[in-house]
Amino acid sequence: MLDVRGLKKVYEGSGRRVEAVRDLTFTVDAGELVCLVGPSGCGKTTLLKCVGGLLTPTAGEVLIEGRRVTGPPPDMAVVFQEYGRSLFPWMRVRENVELPLKQKKLSSARRRELVADALESVGLTDAAGAYPWQLSGGMQQRVAIARALAYEPDVLLMDEPFAAVDAQTRADLEDLVRGLWRQRGITILFVTHDIDEAVYLGERVLILSSSPTVVQEQLKIDLPAERDQLHTRVAPRFAELRTHVYEQIQAAKRGAPVDRLVKDVSSDTPPLH
Amino acid sequence: MRGTNAVLGAAGLAVFLALGEAAPRLGLVKDEYFPPTSRIADALATELADDAFWTALGDTLTGWALGLAIAVTAGILAGVLISVTPYLREATASTIEFLRPIPSVALIPLAVLLYGTELRSVLLLVVYASFWQVLIQVMYGVQDVDPVAEETARSYGLGTWARTRHVLWPTALPYVMTGVRLAATVALILAVTAELVIGAPGLGARIAVAQTSQAVPEMYALVVVTGLLGLLINVGARTVERRALAWHQSVRGEVAV
Repeated sequence: MLDVRGLKKVYEGSGRRVEAVRDLTFTVDAGELVCLVGPSGCGKTTLLKCVGGLLTPTAGEVLIEGRRVTGPPPDMAVVFQEYGRSLFPWMRVRENVELPLKQKKLSSARRRELVADALESVGLTDAAGAYPWQLSGGMQQRVAIARALAYEPDVLLMDEPFAAVDAQTRADLEDLVRGLWRQRGITILFVTHDIDEAVYLGERVLILSSSPTVVQEQLKIDLPAERDQLHTRVAPRFAELRTHVYEQIQAAKRGAPVDRLVKDVSSDTPPLH
Repeated sequence: MRGTNAVLGAAGLAVFLALGEAAPRLGLVKDEYFPPTSRIADALATELADDAFWTALGDTLTGWALGLAIAVTAGILAGVLISVTPYLREATASTIEFLRPIPSVALIPLAVLLYGTELRSVLLLVVYASFWQVLIQVMYGVQDVDPVAEETARSYGLGTWARTRHVLWPTALPYVMTGVRLAATVALILAVTAELVIGAPGLGARIAVAQTSQAVPEMYALVVVTGLLGLLINVGARTVERRALAWHQSVRGEVAV
């Protein structure tokens, strides 16, 4: 579905050369929910922008269903961390969700249907006529999610979407995303710096090294498909997985992968190349 | 609170008018040059009954509105174009900074040479003065586009035109509104100045005539009219601004979440 091959991004400007991403190769299968986690400043956002066609990689390529990404692909939606800036304050919630659909040249009946359905699935039917700034942070991010859903993407990119909301709202939104993913079968690439969140949400977690970034490890999350905040987070397996990810991230900060300290963690890291 | 403010405002105005009435009557100022309020009011009533006054008012408003419309249109188009075209901003910045501070009134001789006392003379001065107000604000406004909003729009496949229409324009609109409000006031000043100095038909020319014919109360009455015009224009512009920018922080105030 989503194929990232040898991705490299170097920023050059005013005499400074910053290698944000060195060499990233991974795939995301159709209908999979993959979390990308890495130390802060490791180029997660750069990677996501390259995948979303918002940045042109210096080398390597991104393929969606075999087609090379050269600009924002029509079957992909992005949810940004800064919901307050990503939603347009001059449009009501309904118009915000509808705007991308107008660009798709859908009929107005179809647009209404998609907007109503998307707002309902995030539980914001009543807020359709409000302005985004009249809503709480969590609700605003729900609007952003609804906008992405209404767009009917095959791939949904989420760039630390819950980093700016409080812990309780965050838990609710995590469950919302997992619920929507299971319902709709979208492919989701979820970027986060929160290890617990990555393990709780993902079917697979990609651990990135610190900058210049490579994939440090790919970890399959073998938790049951039914997850809930109360039980999943205290499950022994959850603790093992999160400990493992944590260690890998610490190692990534120091610059070398550690030998596996937790036994029995299945890992499918590709051979180094 | 609002009521109190209105009462205080009315009281202040009443005191001001009363002082205007009392000062010349008590001999504090010469009433030849400073007629009491009541005489000015009488002259104003006479003016309002005169068709020539309304023609002059119409001329002034025509010069003002046409000049403002041209300046706003040109300012918005040029501002957007300069801001979105790479290198154009850097290439034009020094020229703009050189041209902008030139007082419009310094161009009066040029206007007279080119167009005499025609309406076009007034337009030249009005457009020159108000164009920069709009241009500068538009350029600031376009700079203010949020990169996240821009990337959101791009990621949802909005093309250049759609992004201009749905992201750039609403972002710049508060700045444009400020520019237009400033330009509207400046345009009135320049319209009256041009009429007064050049003699193009309008309230300004009528003020000049009143002055040379020693019709001092009439002259004050006309000055009051220009003041009222300025007031109306500012109030009107603010009303439009509030309506168009109901979503903007400066208008919406604090929102309980």
